[in-house]
Amino acid sequence: MNKTLIINGRSYDLELDPRTTLLDLLREQLDLIGTKKGCDFGHCGACTVHIDGKRVVSCLKLAGTVDGPVTTIEGIDKDDQLHRMQSEFLAFDAYQCGYCTPGQIMSAIACVAEGNAATRDQIKEAMSGNLCRCSAHPNIVAAIEAYRDGVGEQR
Amino acid sequence: MKPFTIEDAASPQDAVTRFARDNGEAVYCAGGTTMIDLIKLNLAQPRRVINLLPLRAASNPITFDDRGLTSAATTTMSEVIAHPTVAEQFPVLIDSLRLAASAQLRNAATVGGNLLQRTRCAYFRDRNAACNKHTPGSGCSAMQGDSRGLAILGTSGHCIANYAGDLAIALTALDARLTLLDSNGQERILSVDALHRLPEDQPHIETNLKPGELIVSITIPPQSWQSSLYLKLRDRASYAFALASAAVAVNLDGTSVREVRIALGGLAAKPWRCREAEAFLQGKPITIANAAAAATLCLQGARTDDHRRFKLELGKRTLVRALLDVASTQTGE
Repeated sequence: MNKTLIINGRSYDLELDPRTTLLDLLREQLDLIGTKKGCDFGHCGACTVHIDGKRVVSCLKLAGTVDGPVTTIEGIDKDDQLHRMQSEFLAFDAYQCGYCTPGQIMSAIACVAEGNAATRDQIKEAMSGNLCRCSAHPNIVAAIEAYRDGVGEQR
Repeated sequence: MKPFTIEDAASPQDAVTRFARDNGEAVYCAGGTTMIDLIKLNLAQPRRVINLLPLRAASNPITFDDRGLTSAATTTMSEVIAHPTVAEQFPVLIDSLRLAASAQLRNAATVGGNLLQRTRCAYFRDRNAACNKHTPGSGCSAMQGDSRGLAILGTSGHCIANYAGDLAIALTALDARLTLLDSNGQERILSVDALHRLPEDQPHIETNLKPGELIVSITIPPQSWQSSLYLKLRDRASYAFALASAAVAVNLDGTSVREVRIALGGLAAKPWRCREAEAFLQGKPITIANAAAAATLCLQGARTDDHRRFKLELGKRTLVRALLDVASTQTGE
């Protein structure tokens, strides 16, 4: 099937096997390998991207049914400067192996934008769809708190 | 995964017409969080996927009129949670949604699809296990296996799977109704309580929907509730299916129950409305003793084994706490 998708601001005219998930499209056809495949069943959140600004798991979304512009981890930097959430993850050592990190960061950006980051408990609840096998969760929460407190600031 | 095509539905009528074009080889797909999962597990093997997301453009996500609150089936869980009037009138509904799944899944999953999620029984999800749901007549591996998360109410000698969802429990308590459209273009109304079937000797037939019948919208009658809540107990604090849950709504005269609605989740083969317990509480204050007696009525007939025995007591305590909490919210105790 043919499908036109906007991904990270760029328009792609695609020829798709209808069975292709958005995750497999990104990684296997478009070489956007920042988005990671963890469980492939919507349990782990490693494949989190934004569609129309909302965070979703790309493993449970057929590419042929995507109905809005897609943003991946490759699309959040500005002029080659890290997104401030990426900087906070670095500052707080919010990862160990790093495999879940792109999904954590995409989810974290949305978590703050949704207004679900007022307290530590709220962040933990709102980030429960992103699992970290290295258990970096405390530092991930700290990075999100720092990002939230600095919204509007330049760094 | 077998090859399939994707067809966009232009309207509910177009969706059912497309579905009827072949013999059961089509599936509806909206958010995809249930259907793509099932397709990957080979539990659904469609030749055609009818994409319902285009219906979102032409439907009002949530409306209020003299019939009550109506949500289009394609409204996402997140959209309902964010609706201020729904939150004010039906806390039980909002709680059931926000305690379900993860933020990512709630952004994609639609309320219609949520109702039709399948059991999370590990043997059902394993195509190679004996399971009367996915392979009628093959037996039930769960009965001699790990059944800890499964049902103790409404089970049969053929299936002990539980209904895993939360939203349907709240909607069952609130007497919600579905507007359905069949392939002949006929509309009908079905209560959420009557949507799911008990397994009996045909556990593979899970709902009372006709083949190809589409859930168009969900309506909650305009009855107001002084207090309502959904209590969900699970193995971890977030992002897990219910071991036991209770949806309760109450109107009190002073401290006595004028009306109460009770439905249980996590414990039963289908959303479990408890009318006997509701009748028992009528006119009585919600004390610990009365709540415990109501809970005993709800759980009567439960069948357990070594894996699931704890769910009997857990289920009772879940309902007792839900009833005490919903009454204290109202009386300010």
